[in-house]
Amino acid sequence: MGIDLPVVWAVIIAFGLMMYVIMDGFDLGIGILFPFVRDREDRDTMVNTVAPVWDGNETWLVLGGAAMMAVFPLAYAVILSALYLPLVLMLLGLIWRGVAFEFRFKADEHHKPFWDRAFAGGSYVATFFQGVSLGAFLNGFPIENGSYVGGALDWITPFSLFTGLGLIVAYALLGSTWLIIKTEGALYDRMVALARPITLTLLAVIGIVSLWTPFAHPDITERWFSFPNIVFFSPVPVLVLVSSWLILRSLNGAPHVAPFLLALFVLFLGYSGLGISLWPNIIPPDITIREAAAPPQSMGFTLVGALFIIPFILAYTAWSYYVFRGKVKAGEGYH
Amino acid sequence: MFGLTALELARIQFGFTISFHIIFPAITIGLASYLAVLEGLWLWKRDTVYRDLYHFWSKIFAVNFAMGVVSGLVMAYQFGTNWSYFSAFAGSVTGPLLAYEVLTAFFLEAGFLGVMLFGWNKVGPGLHFFSTIMVALGTLISATWILASNSWMQTPQGFEIINGIVVPVNWFEVIFNPSFPYRLAHMTVAAFLATALFVGASGAWHLLRGNDNRRVRTMLSMAMWMLLVSAPLQILIGDLHGLNTLKHQPAKIAALEGHWENKPGEAIPLTLFGWPDMEKEETLYALKIPRLGSLILTHDWNGQFPGLKEFAKEDRPNATVVFWSFRIMVGLGMLMLLLGAWGLWLRWRDRLFDTNLFLRFATVMGPTGLIAILAGWYTTEIGRQPWIVYGVMRTKDAVSNHSALAMSTTLVAFIVVYFIVFGIGTRYMLKLVAKGPEDHEHEPTDDTGARRPARPLSAAPDQMDMFVPANHDRKG
Repeated sequence: MGIDLPVVWAVIIAFGLMMYVIMDGFDLGIGILFPFVRDREDRDTMVNTVAPVWDGNETWLVLGGAAMMAVFPLAYAVILSALYLPLVLMLLGLIWRGVAFEFRFKADEHHKPFWDRAFAGGSYVATFFQGVSLGAFLNGFPIENGSYVGGALDWITPFSLFTGLGLIVAYALLGSTWLIIKTEGALYDRMVALARPITLTLLAVIGIVSLWTPFAHPDITERWFSFPNIVFFSPVPVLVLVSSWLILRSLNGAPHVAPFLLALFVLFLGYSGLGISLWPNIIPPDITIREAAAPPQSMGFTLVGALFIIPFILAYTAWSYYVFRGKVKAGEGYH
Repeated sequence: MFGLTALELARIQFGFTISFHIIFPAITIGLASYLAVLEGLWLWKRDTVYRDLYHFWSKIFAVNFAMGVVSGLVMAYQFGTNWSYFSAFAGSVTGPLLAYEVLTAFFLEAGFLGVMLFGWNKVGPGLHFFSTIMVALGTLISATWILASNSWMQTPQGFEIINGIVVPVNWFEVIFNPSFPYRLAHMTVAAFLATALFVGASGAWHLLRGNDNRRVRTMLSMAMWMLLVSAPLQILIGDLHGLNTLKHQPAKIAALEGHWENKPGEAIPLTLFGWPDMEKEETLYALKIPRLGSLILTHDWNGQFPGLKEFAKEDRPNATVVFWSFRIMVGLGMLMLLLGAWGLWLRWRDRLFDTNLFLRFATVMGPTGLIAILAGWYTTEIGRQPWIVYGVMRTKDAVSNHSALAMSTTLVAFIVVYFIVFGIGTRYMLKLVAKGPEDHEHEPTDDTGARRPARPLSAAPDQMDMFVPANHDRKG
């Protein structure tokens, strides 16, 4: 009787991806909000709020990819080859914005506007294709003999394009509520004003996705709406509504940390909803984590290193957020 | 695109992205160890020249490290996107090795890189030195994992194939496969050589421009010592690696020697130059030295080793390519040996820092370490063909089912983005080099307190215009 390796690893990878979505989400959100803030100094402040931490955020994406290959090689092979084009575009978007982010600091005044546009553009491209990949993943992949047999452009569906746009809204909410914590003055007011319509839009997006997914996938409908599941799962949509209402309410006062935490909670609920819809599959519609798992020799060998090092990464991450706590003032750079 | 098949395009794409990537880790490995040596010398001898050089090269290290991380992001996904059959088949072996590399890299970044780049005034000298050593060690451990994975694809062992996929049965055998020690030693010394050439060229360039000071001289002098030791060492390791390859992958050796067939009792010449023709099955225009091929590969005047014709046509690597990539690597290696020896001669005559021809040679040799690394990789990887896992899985069975159109579109996108992104990054690095090492005590510091980010690029100075040639904005 040993530990159930596929389940342990499914939890680790799900956790890693959630860390990625939450953490890279708000710094992608900064780029998404760039077009709504024209003032140069405000833009500098916005970037400065994530400057100390953004590259650590992408750690989880690299770790997710490598761990997936190690422990679910079949899922890694099928999902990545099926989502070839959107993933390449996402990676190029991430590289582009990452470099634009750094060179924004290094460039002189004359070239800064170019890097600003590059940073915003890269953030939109990366986020959109991440959302598209997510939607296409939910749609599932045709598989024969353990390999993807669909076309190169099968990922383009109305649903996946919608989730692409939806993720832009979600990251914009994370970005704006993050900036509510980290900024003050006019920029703060601007973010409070922006957070309200963004929250309402996101609520609409979640509503549409929640109805669209079960509608398109009868098996998911079955899972959510059959008795007694509906009793266990009904808190998820209820909590989404309650949290969104709390975000809107907190924006009326002088909000600080509350909107961001609530936004994280909403994202977490959405993520859980996804987990409920998929479990125990790792390649929708019907390949389970057990079927896609690597041999136990591979899972066990990798687990030793992961259990030793992931706590260090978490502690370091927590420490760096602690060091850079508090408001960022205009003109105060970390770069 | 250009009538290439999807398989060829997939190979070009992987080759392109990994060629860009490998340059940065190679310099990272070399510079990290160089920085550890500089800091050790500073603590031991208390000569400020080592401290100043440490601060100068740590900025360049930071930029280089950041570009290695960014270009590595793509590599973590490309095995799945482009080589899905390989990943599904062998991911259970290469995946864990790759995962360990990523974990090691993040462990080192999390723990020590921040202290190394930003902690000079914040922690004690002992702890700082320890961090630098850990970063250097971390880069070497990272390389070890990657080379274990790569070597396993060249000389696989320690596995069984169960239900059509690779199952690792003995991790020790998987990691310490027959070619691993040679490949690891060869790559590590190559990284040291490439870095020594880069550092040496930087020093020589400054001296040629009349920027003559003790820091610049020390940098050139240390690089030439390193070259003197590691160039002959590399030739020795290369020889051993070649013998190991002959034992496990004789077709690769036959291809890179342009050797087609043995005649009974006849020694094999060394083909210096020529054009191996895969169709005609002979090496055209061959310039040969009698018996030398036998001597080098069998260490015997009359020894023989298999020719390409002993392998079925579909099992032969492309001799035209590897014959030449191998000669580029070896030729550059000989030039490195020459540079090291010349440096020693001039040092003995006390003319190391003022012989213009030598300084020009050292400057031109700057990028050759990296070119030799790429040529060496092309030799070993193209020489592994037509296999992706040698003798176990063919490359044509490993590639994802993408169309040539999809592959060429993404290839163009990679080429455009990489040249812009890494072109600007490299340019920025060279501008930092062009500034030259300064006295650290008099360097302007923008260090305003404890709240410094641990992001590598923030260790490099701001407000340098990357679009103006280096020599136009030198102040004073």
